[in-house]
Formats: sequence, structure tokens, C-alpha cells
Amino acid sequence: MNAIENTNHGGNGGHGGNGAGGHGGYNFAYLDEQSKRMIRRAILKAVAIPGYQVPFGSREMPLPYGWGTGGIQVTASIIGRDDVLKVIDQGADDTTNAVSIRKFFVRTAGIATTEETGQATIIQTRHRIPEQSLLPGQILVYQVPIPEPLRWLEARETETRKMHGLADYGIMHVKLYEDIAKYGHIETSYDYPVRVNGRYLTAPSPIPKFDNPKMNDMPALQLFGAGREKRIYAIPPHTRVESLDFDDHPFEVQTWSEVCALCGADDTYLDEVIMDDRGTSMFVCSDTAHCAERRAAGHRGPDGDAAPTGLVP
Amino acid sequence: MTVATLEPTERSRRADQDAADAVAAADAGPLLKAAGISHFYGARAGCENVSLELRSGEVLGIVGESGSGKTTLLNCLAARLRPASGQLAYRLTTGRTVDVYGLSEAERRRLTRTDWGFVHQNPRDGLRMAVSAGANVGERLMAVGARHYGDIRDQVTDWLTRVEMDLERMDDLPSTFSGGMQQRVQIARNLVSQPRLVFMDEPTGGLDVSVQARLLDLLRGLTNDLGLAAVIVTHDLAVARLLSHRLMVMRQGRVVEHGLTDQVLDDPQDAYSQLLVSSVLQT
Amino acid sequence: MEDAPRLDVRGLAKSFVLHTQGGVTLDVFRDLDLQVFAGECVALQGPSGSGKSSLIRLLYGNYVSAAGEILVRHNGQMVDVAAADPHVVLDVRRRTMGYVSQFLRVIPRVPALQVVAEPLRARGVPQATAEAEAGEMLAQFNIPKALWSLAPATFSGGEQQRVNLARGFIIDYPVLLLDEPTASLDAANRDVVVAMIRQAIRRGAAIIGIFHDSTVRDAVASRIVDVTSLGAAA
Repeated sequence: MNAIENTNHGGNGGHGGNGAGGHGGYNFAYLDEQSKRMIRRAILKAVAIPGYQVPFGSREMPLPYGWGTGGIQVTASIIGRDDVLKVIDQGADDTTNAVSIRKFFVRTAGIATTEETGQATIIQTRHRIPEQSLLPGQILVYQVPIPEPLRWLEARETETRKMHGLADYGIMHVKLYEDIAKYGHIETSYDYPVRVNGRYLTAPSPIPKFDNPKMNDMPALQLFGAGREKRIYAIPPHTRVESLDFDDHPFEVQTWSEVCALCGADDTYLDEVIMDDRGTSMFVCSDTAHCAERRAAGHRGPDGDAAPTGLVP
Repeated sequence: MTVATLEPTERSRRADQDAADAVAAADAGPLLKAAGISHFYGARAGCENVSLELRSGEVLGIVGESGSGKTTLLNCLAARLRPASGQLAYRLTTGRTVDVYGLSEAERRRLTRTDWGFVHQNPRDGLRMAVSAGANVGERLMAVGARHYGDIRDQVTDWLTRVEMDLERMDDLPSTFSGGMQQRVQIARNLVSQPRLVFMDEPTGGLDVSVQARLLDLLRGLTNDLGLAAVIVTHDLAVARLLSHRLMVMRQGRVVEHGLTDQVLDDPQDAYSQLLVSSVLQT
Repeated sequence: MEDAPRLDVRGLAKSFVLHTQGGVTLDVFRDLDLQVFAGECVALQGPSGSGKSSLIRLLYGNYVSAAGEILVRHNGQMVDVAAADPHVVLDVRRRTMGYVSQFLRVIPRVPALQVVAEPLRARGVPQATAEAEAGEMLAQFNIPKALWSLAPATFSGGEQQRVNLARGFIIDYPVLLLDEPTASLDAANRDVVVAMIRQAIRRGAAIIGIFHDSTVRDAVASRIVDVTSLGAAA
């Protein structure tokens, strides 16, 4: 990837940091040890106050904002030599963004990577939570574009901070009210706001609301990094995470009348894939690793033997 | 004759009720009590040493030309501005009296969004222009924990009806409304939590005369029917006469006259009040 | 008849200081004393400018006195309107003292029926009852039903005055102040007003009025007093 290749020229990130031997001319995991310590302190604070957005000194990364610089900095700060990293983008391990982040850490930290959810110790993700339940000891690192769930309704940060401080969140239901008034149901389906540990209103990042229930009581640690916005927040293992709703319009996840065309799963988040220019489409698991594991275990969907272009290398 | 058609018992019952009401009103004491409110902008006084009391159901008008300090005072009374000095006491529904400036931010917010209302001159300052009229009205309910969409919707509908809004428009953005309609939405947004005290800053300013008349009529009916206490800042003496029981005349940050509205307007004592009243065309 | 007066005015003085005209002081009267008892109607007399209207307005708390007391029996005790808190004066107006002037201060867009019903509404009478009574009142003053739902701003002077009267008589005030209540009325409507005033006297109201029409005055007044004789003309 260009963004990464370019850094080879100016790559003089602090060698010889505390037990952090360099890889390919970089300090371990690219960031200097000072920066990592600063970010780790922010993470510790974030874990201590679940759902609270902790400001941090976001560093320049060899990728543009929007490519997951927040998540990368979090991962870089917590990753160790023995970690096994999985990176997904919209559920897939093989998209450009996922591949380039994985390569970045292989090059700068020399760590092992995997596509298997169960094998990873750290999973960095953009816009999905893996289908397979995460395990104690695992860490899920989210890339976050807009960490402030109230921004939609209140642009002034001085005011949103006050609202968080006072748990003054009535306005969030205004957004849901608008949905019901307009569409007859809560239309918000991505970045669906949650209340963490009964206290802070938190943006789950643009994951589908299908994934929201997985955040609740998750055995794994969830860390969120927003690079451009310079915020880190966290949900410690086994924390209560509730999706906002109304008594007469309870929170619901997306459902499909189809099953995964490849593996036949009827309980996963499905992407609609256009097959040709006549509009033929099929529904397949968005979590490619999960789908592959199911197929390896012998599960088959209606088009189980087909290999749609772009999905299977 | 009307008088004769009423049964004596009906009359006496009403008299008893009157007496009971009178006792209750006398016992209640002030709802809001301000003492020695002063606020300065640099060396210039916004308002200086203002004290007043407001009872429940009472409407107080504050008049004066621009720069007289009436809006500064209003903001101090509404706890939107913390004055340099002075005290503000408010009697809660529980009967307990609180020091408003001594409340925590959370308590102050709760008070100002449930028991109080604030109607801005410019509806844009009091409405969320990016959400529908209905959501604007429902927000206060949701802020205090209403979580049943159907109930919220019913109350919103009720209030939009009371301010004579076309219900067809309730899901439209206020930015598509006329100034008069926006002001109605703002009023409904404030009254939905059934406040006991409402502050209004030139509520009919900037509206056409005919729209103003309708709005005044509405405000008058609402304050009467709901027994609302209100503080209304206006430079329009006709508005003050129609809406307020009592009137304060301000000049250069000070209260120069204070009394019954009709008394201040018909027999002003202070030189400035006389000038103010005499400069208005009689209607 | 009760022994104690309903209205007891002691040493009342009124003057106007015209700040906008170089601080000229106009003294209207001083040391004015007047007692009015239940069941009597005092007609004020005196040349133009002697302060008849000013006295009525002082009694109602509409004007500010320069000195003296205006004691009104209100809820069983004497309240000094000249010194009481505004909310007390308002309560006196709501429950004890009615006032009918020759001019109706109309509220834009409010229908005649509501204008008349308002004093009842202010006392907490339910809307339907208040409106029913207001209707009867308007009928009594010969306001055609077709006008009830219209705002009086468009009415003739006589009609406006009758709406005003209906509003003033809808409550059996213990004290009633009348400032030329028949000024723009025809003979038939004048008779209605006379009948209403007489009835108010019979039920024990204390009435103070200015009646330029001598027919009306003679028909209702139990006492005629010259304002200039009540105190020292200033």
C-alpha cells in the first residue's frame, strides 16, 4: 500500500525503546514508547470509566484519517510480540483496509496474524463484530470515525461534555422519536446509540445494530479509538450495554428472510452481493472468516458451490 | 335576570370556594423571590439591585427601552445568567424553597426544563431547527424519562392543538414554518412539561400585528387557564397591558417604577415612566 | 344594614406631577373623606375637573394617591387599597370590587362572550358555566346572540358599553364602581342598567357612581354627594 511504503523513507521511529526492538527500521509497532505510554494511560482511564470518551494526543500515522488511525494507535499501544492479530473491515479479512493494517503490523511489529476469530488475541475491526462469540482475554479494537453520539443533535462540544457530565440524554430519544414519526419504526440501523454500564451514552461506531447485543456482557475487552477526533473509550469485559429504545418500540436487530447463500447460516449478518449487471444478487455472510469456517465444517447454502467474484480469492 | 336564575345555594357555595381560595392564595407566599440582583458588563450595569417577588399565577411585565437592562434581568431571574450579586429563591412543588444560584448544574437543569420555561424572542434560539415540530415539543418529556412513544406522541398532539397548530405539520421541520407558527411550537415545547413559571423575552416581537394579536390572545388564555406565573419582557406597552398583572419599568439598569400594570400605565409616577407612556400612541 | 362601611375613605389626596411638562403639579383634591355602606348608591357630583373620575380610579387602585387611606372590606377585613401589595389589590378586584367605565378595553380577537365570562373564569368558575352565565348577561343587555362570538372591537359604542356592563355585573361584587355606565345608551338599554343597579342595591352592594344622566341618577342614587364638598379642593 502506498501509504505504508512511503514511510520507508522517513521511518526513523525511536529505535531501542524499552524492550521494543525495531522491525524494518521502525520502533516496535511503529509508535515510540512515549506515545504508547500516553495512549495506554488513556486506555486505562477509559477502562476505568466505561463508555467515557478520554481525550488523547493522537499521533500522525502513516495512513490518512479515515483509514483507522485511531484503532491502529490503540492496537500499536497494546500489542506485544506474542499477540496474534486479526483485522477485519466490514466483516472481511481480505479488503484493502484490513490487509494494509495487517501488513503494517507484520512489518513494524513482526507479529503473527490470523483470520480465525478464535485464534486472535487482538481483533481490530471497522464496522463489524465477529459472529463467533469472543473469549475472555481477547481484545476487540474498534476504528471510530465519530465518537460523539450526541453530535448529531448538538454540535457544540462544550455542551455535549456537559450533557455527558450530567447524564442529560433526553435528546438522544428525540432522534429515535424522529425515526418513528417519519418511518413508523426506528430507522437508525448503524452506530445505534448505547448506554454503557447504565451511565455513559456511547457510540458503538458504525457497526450494524445487529451487532449491538454482542457488546452486552461481552467476555472480551472492547477498546475504541478515534484518530481524527482524538478520543479513546472502552467497555470492560462483562459490562452492561443497552441499546436505547421506547417501551412501545423496543430495540430490534435486522433480520433477513434469506439464509447465507454459501454456508446456509440463518443467524448471521448478511451482505447483498450483486452478481451481474442484470441485477442478480445473493446474500452472503458479511463475516467471511465465519462463513469459511462453516463451509469447512460442511455447511452449505443454496449456492454453496458457487464462488462469487471478489469474495473468494 | 341572570342574578335571579342562580340558585342561592350555588351562590353561597361559590362564595365559600372564594373564601377558601383566598386563604390558600394568602398562605402560599411567593413562588420566586429575587433580592438585590445586580449584574455588570465591565463598568456598565446590566441591572442593579433589583428585588422582586412573584406569586403563582401572577404575570409580571418588565418594560423599558433597549439597553435598559430588562433582558439582563430576565436572564438572571431565569438562572441563565449568574448575576454578580443577589439571591434568587424558588418554591418547589414540594413546598421547599431552594436557592436557585446555589443549585448544582444538574438540579438547575432539571428545574429549568421541567418546572420552568423560557420563550425566546427568536424561535431559532428556543427550537431545534433540525428536528420536527413534534420532536421539539416532546423533548422535555423524553428528557425527564418518558419512554413510551405513543404517550409522548399523544401529549405532543395535545399541546400542538392547544397552541392552534395544524397537526398536519407536526412532523415537519420548524424551518419550514412562518415566524408565528414557530413561536407557537416554541410555546408548546415549553408548556408540555406543565411548568409553573415561564419567562418570555419579547414573545411577540418581530411578528406581524395580526399574528401578534392571535399569539397574545393565546398566551393570555394559557396563563389564565393554567395558572402560570410568568415574567414577560417587552418594549411594547400594549403587550404588557394585555398580558401582565404587574409592571416594572426599567431604565439604565434600575427599576424606576413598579406597580399594578394599569396603574403604572394610567397614572405613571416616575418621570421616565411618564415619558415612556406618553410616547406611545393611544389605542 | 351593616354598621360598618363597605368602603371608608380617609384624608385622601390626589395630585398629578407632570414630569414631562416641567414638573407642573396638578392638585385634584385633598383631605377627602367618604363612607359607603352596603345597600346604598352614592352618586358623585361636581363640575368637570373636580376629580369624580379620578376618585373612582383611586378607589379601584388604578390611580396612585398622594395621601390618605382607601379602606375596603375584603374577606372580612379592611384592606387599604392605597397601600396594599398589588396582588392584594388584584384579589380585591377579583372578589370584592367591580368597576365599569364608559370605555371597554377590548382584547383583540377575544369574543364578547369570553370578555363577559372572564371575571368568572378568573375566579375559577368552569368555562361552560361561565359562558352560560355570560350568555344570559349579554341577553339581558340586549346584545344579539349573533354578536356573542365576535370580538367587540367591531361593535358600536353602545354595544361595547353594554358588553362592558355585562362584564361588570356578571359577578355580585360587594362594592361596585360605575363611571358613566349609561353614557352612550338609548333609553331602553338605560332602563336595563337602572334595573340592574337597583337589584345590586337590593342585594346589598355598596355602589359609587358618576351618572351624568339625571334620569338615571335620580332612579338609582340613595345619596348624591358633591366631590368638592368631600374634602378641600386643591
